[in-house]
This record gives sequence, structure tokens and C-alpha cells, in this order.
Amino acid sequence: MEHYLSLFISAVFVENMALMLFLGMCTFLAVSKKVDTAIGLGIAVIVVQTITVPVNNLIYNYLLKDGALAWAGMPDVDLSFLGFLCYIGVIAAMVQILEMFLDKFVPALYNALGVFLPLITVNCAILGASLFMVERSYTFPESLAYGVGAGAGWALAIVLLAAIREKMKYSDVPAGLRGLGITFMTTGLMSLGFMSFSGLTL
Amino acid sequence: MATASTKTILIKPIFMDNPIALQILGVCSALAVTTSLQVTLVMCVALTTVTAFSNLFISMIRNYMPSSIRIIIQMTIIASLVILVDQVLKAYAFEISKQLSVFVGLIITNCIVMGRAEAFAMKNPPIPSFMDGIGNGLGYSVVLIVVGTLRELFGSGTLLGITILPSVANGGWYQPNGLMLLAPSAFFIIAFFIWILRNKYDEQVEKNEFEMKPHTIEKGAH
Repeated sequence: MEHYLSLFISAVFVENMALMLFLGMCTFLAVSKKVDTAIGLGIAVIVVQTITVPVNNLIYNYLLKDGALAWAGMPDVDLSFLGFLCYIGVIAAMVQILEMFLDKFVPALYNALGVFLPLITVNCAILGASLFMVERSYTFPESLAYGVGAGAGWALAIVLLAAIREKMKYSDVPAGLRGLGITFMTTGLMSLGFMSFSGLTL
Repeated sequence: MATASTKTILIKPIFMDNPIALQILGVCSALAVTTSLQVTLVMCVALTTVTAFSNLFISMIRNYMPSSIRIIIQMTIIASLVILVDQVLKAYAFEISKQLSVFVGLIITNCIVMGRAEAFAMKNPPIPSFMDGIGNGLGYSVVLIVVGTLRELFGSGTLLGITILPSVANGGWYQPNGLMLLAPSAFFIIAFFIWILRNKYDEQVEKNEFEMKPHTIEKGAH
């Protein structure tokens, strides 16, 4: 159990998707003007990460890996080159299913997430987490812990940044730095702060 | 856009309409792969190729695509191109492909590729789209190369692995700036790059959401 907890903690703080690995930056910078929307997007990312990383883990282990098709009588087949296509397909499909499910059963959350739900498909943090999972060959429970952690870390980062930006709109920023420039600066400082977590283990 | 010459399409994205500095596209990989110049260059070539060819192919079939499933078709084309690039890199530049690790795969979700396919290739004929892809790839490359050069030069005193500033550890005089190799420096360098670019092209400056009011006390009121 501690192993999984430690994996979770390290995915949230030490290897924070947004601040340490720069993943999902586009959405991170574009949708962090208000805390409310940031929270909604953060929750959506956590949900999608929690589903896609373990599902991709199963797909990789039972369909794509070298020799994985042994159960189907084809032990020599190595389909791992099809990886990217499969993962992005799974992500797109999952987002679509989640959207339909929420629309039908949890309309309140569906309306709150709005346009951000489909946008998650092209969020590099989601695909990145799946690719890291394959590269580090996590087992199924490990991939579950990693997926939740990666999503939670990203959500934490975007909510923090949105809170800072809400305050910052009243400040007098030099003309050329206004908007995008100062956001980069802020993110850099936050990333500097998160570096103090490096080496954190349980 | 239809009358724009090929040269404009090619040159404009490099400084005037830079994908990273102005359109906020494709920032993720720009930051992660720039710790050494060699890796940066490979990434630039890979991304430019993928953007150019995905633009070309998507533009070629743009009139036959039902718009309700266009995103999936675009994704499939882009993912296939990225698989090709990844396989070529693994075959001919295995060391670099190890260093790039997941970031080659992440070209799929790089917003530049999708963004240009959606914004340009869907509306324009194949050849200008191809040029637009190359132009945007180059605009991305310019930012990446600047960041990569600065980070490698000041972070470890080398360029492309050749020592430029001999470091203290090797008996030289330069004390390497370790921060340059870490994550935050990339954010700062891009922020400065945007600052410089926006000072040169005034129209890129963003408006303040709240203008500060001038002091209201009239002259001679006290």
C-alpha cells in the first residue's frame, strides 16, 4: 500500500505534470484566468486521467506489447508501434463516453465543465501520462495510482495559477509582459517553488 | 488569406505571428526538450515535418471530409505521421530518441499541428498549406533554438556537446548555472523572449483588463 501511496505523492508533487514536466501547458495557460473554471477543468482532468491511464495499461499489456497476443495464439506479434494511435483513440473515446454519461446522469457537472470536456482530448498531460506509464512499465494497480496522482497534480497546479492570476489582474505590468509574458514568469516562480518537493518520498 | 503569396505564408509565422509567443500553441514540448541544443534541433525537425505533411494531407482531403468527424480524421493522420517519425528516429538516432522519450509521441497532441490543420489546412489548397506548416514549424523552431542555445550554453557551458565556456569542474573558469538546466529557467527565458518580441511589434501587446484611473484631484483643488 505504501508503495502506491508514494507513487501517488510523487506524481502529485515531485513530478507535477504541469510545473515540472511542462505537460498540458496550452490549456494550462489559456484556461487559468478564473478559479471556478480552473476547478472544473481540474476535476475533469482527474476523472479522465483516472480512467485512461489504467485502460491504456490494459491495452498495452494485453494487446500491443511484444508477445502480448499469446493468449490469442499469436505469440510472435509485436504491435507496440501502433501505441500512439491506440492511446489517442482510447482517450478520445473515453472523453466522448464520459461526456455522454455526464450529460445523461449528472447534468449539473456536465454544464459546469461545458466546453472543457472535449478539449481534454488534446491535452498533452493526458497522453503524456499514458506514455510515461508505458515507458516505466507500471503494473495495473500502479498505473491506477499514477493516473490519479498525475491528474490531481495538474489540477492543483492550474487552480493555484488561476488564484494568482485573479489577484494579478489589478497590478500594473510592463506593456510587453502583459498577459502571456507575466503568466510565464508566474509559472516559472511556481515551478521553482515546486522544486522544493524534489526528493520527497514516503 | 487566399491572395497571400507563398513567401508571406512562409515568413509570417516566424516573427509576426509566432505560434508559441502569440498564438499560445505548442508550449509544452518547447519547454521540456530544450536542455541541450542537439535534442532541440531533432525535435524542431520532427515537428516541422509533421506539421507540414499533416497540413498537406488534410488539405488534400478537406473537401471529402464530413465536418462532424473531422477531428478524428485529423488525429489519425497526425498520429500516423508521428509513428513514422518515431520509427525513423528509433532506427537512425536511437540515443536522441531515448532522450526525447515521450515527447516525440506528444507531437500528436501538440496544439500547433492540430491548430494549423484546423485553422489553415481546412480552408486552403495543399501547396499553401504545406508552406504554412513549414512556416509555423520554423516559428516554433526559432523559439526552441533560442531557448535551447541559452540553456545549454549557460547551463553546462557547451553547445552541441562542444565546450564553449570551460567549466570549473574541468579546470576552466566558468561556474555552470545549474538553474538553467532545471524546469523554471525555461519559463523565464520564454517570458523574456515574448517581452522582447512584443516590444518590437507593438500591436502584439495585450490590453490591460483594468486600466488604472488617473488621479482625480483637479489641479489647484487644495
